[in-house]
Amino acid sequence: MNKVYYTKEHEWIKLQDGKGYVGLTDFAQDQLGDIVYVELPEVGTELEVGEAFGVVESVKSASDIFAPVSGEVVAVNEELEDSPELINDDAMENWLIQMSVEDEDDLENLMDEEEYNDFIGEE
Amino acid sequence: MIHRYIPKGDGEKEKMLETIGLTCMDDLFADIPDELRLKEPLDIPPAMSEIELLRHARKLGEKNSSLSTMTSFLGAGVYDHFVPLIIDHIISRSEFYTAYTPYQPEISQGTLQAIFEYQTLICRLTGMDISNASMYDGASAAAEALLIALSDKRKSDNVLISEGVHPQTLRVIRTYLHYRNVDIRVVPLKEGKTDLNAAKELVDEKTAGMLVQNPNFFGTLDDVSSFSEFCSDNKMVSVLSVDPISLALLEAPGKLGIDLVVGDGQSLGNGHNFGGPHFGFLAVKKKYMRKIPGRLVGISRDTNGKRAYVLTLQAREQHIRRHRATSNICSNMSLNALTASIYLNTLGKSGFREVASQSLSKAHYLYNGLLKTGAFQEVDSSPFFKEFRLKYNGCVGHLLRELRKRNILGGVDLGEYGHEGEILVAVTEKRTKEEMDQYIACVKEASA
Repeated sequence: MNKVYYTKEHEWIKLQDGKGYVGLTDFAQDQLGDIVYVELPEVGTELEVGEAFGVVESVKSASDIFAPVSGEVVAVNEELEDSPELINDDAMENWLIQMSVEDEDDLENLMDEEEYNDFIGEE
Repeated sequence: MIHRYIPKGDGEKEKMLETIGLTCMDDLFADIPDELRLKEPLDIPPAMSEIELLRHARKLGEKNSSLSTMTSFLGAGVYDHFVPLIIDHIISRSEFYTAYTPYQPEISQGTLQAIFEYQTLICRLTGMDISNASMYDGASAAAEALLIALSDKRKSDNVLISEGVHPQTLRVIRTYLHYRNVDIRVVPLKEGKTDLNAAKELVDEKTAGMLVQNPNFFGTLDDVSSFSEFCSDNKMVSVLSVDPISLALLEAPGKLGIDLVVGDGQSLGNGHNFGGPHFGFLAVKKKYMRKIPGRLVGISRDTNGKRAYVLTLQAREQHIRRHRATSNICSNMSLNALTASIYLNTLGKSGFREVASQSLSKAHYLYNGLLKTGAFQEVDSSPFFKEFRLKYNGCVGHLLRELRKRNILGGVDLGEYGHEGEILVAVTEKRTKEEMDQYIACVKEASA
């Protein structure tokens, strides 16, 4: 099982085959409610850590999605274009983008599962 | 005595002064130093009775020239097309005329349906997937379209604009983009058309999009397919500004690969309105649906399964993510857009085509007639629709004054736009052969 890292903005990132899979946390999808639209970047977009790269829109709000680490977008989950509700079904399984991870040290600034659970417990 | 428009008697005034602890009206102005206060009555003529005032205003009005006595060949963005009488009759209905942004679907199905039908008509004309509920005018629609292009391409920092775009549109765009750190690069015209070879020198990977006007400010028809191809080759958004009347004869821009279509809707049944209010239209391919500025009406079903119209897709732009929105504009020009819908429905497909084809052939009749006088020369030989420019052998200002003496508004002196000695002439379906022959005869006299 690969380790999952979490951001304060409620994204997760998981390393697999040298790529970082980025998604929204289950807590985030629950807070957002029914997701109706996800705007994702184009493949090849260079992202800086903390940079907004997309938008997730639900029936009650619209929020930016931020890059957990710096790197290049190598794939986007095109299924979400027609079926954004997949995030509500399983937020941890339905990633948003795959990105290269330029510097693994970026991951050290993120939270692990336990820390994230404490973090959302406080919110 | 009670003033006609200020219904307060002396007794009431005294009571009010007493309430606030003052003795006379002048006490209200005690804070203004005495030497600054006017001691005598204003130096204006005495009040007139209603009938005197009407006579006076009418006399002033007679100093103006109007299109009821003048024959207009003016264009440059505002055109003298025929406005069927039914339009004023329908838009003057109080349900349409007095309503201000009544968008609650529970009480406004009629208004929302009218907007929806307008959007449908604009989509059919332009060949686009989605139209918004209208914008202020063609210039602001063009600027908003460039904002869509800029927000669509990350880290873009410049746009290309053809020299054929109306100079006033360019000024509005400059105002819009002034604080956005966007470089505006003007692509010159060559032989009347946008010079795409020059554009190649100006485009780079940070160019968000390009705006071309067709027919352009000088009336010339551009090569829309090549323009659209150029934009997709350079991965940028193509924005085409059009005269909606021309779309009765020209291929819909959507079929030529254009991404965004904008334009001024004055010519669709709206009067000259002293240069405004007009309305602007903005239509996009589905891909840009979530970046459309302004209002958008959609069709849905209510809880009883009946057809219902509602505003749609506005939340994130205007209420939630305002700071990141493509645009925060919420206004439209509903009554003017409604005018366009009634106009198009009144004319129908064949009537609309006839307006365009008559304008086209009459413009060419006058163009050839003027050239034959020997007083004009061609600027370029590119095709045109209902408006053209010519170089005059004499003084354009003098010619226009001579025409005016015969109640003809002969066109726009392009000297005002940096093209000394050139004249811009527009011909609509309203012009008769007699009027055009009179124009030609007058030119012969003035140039003899």
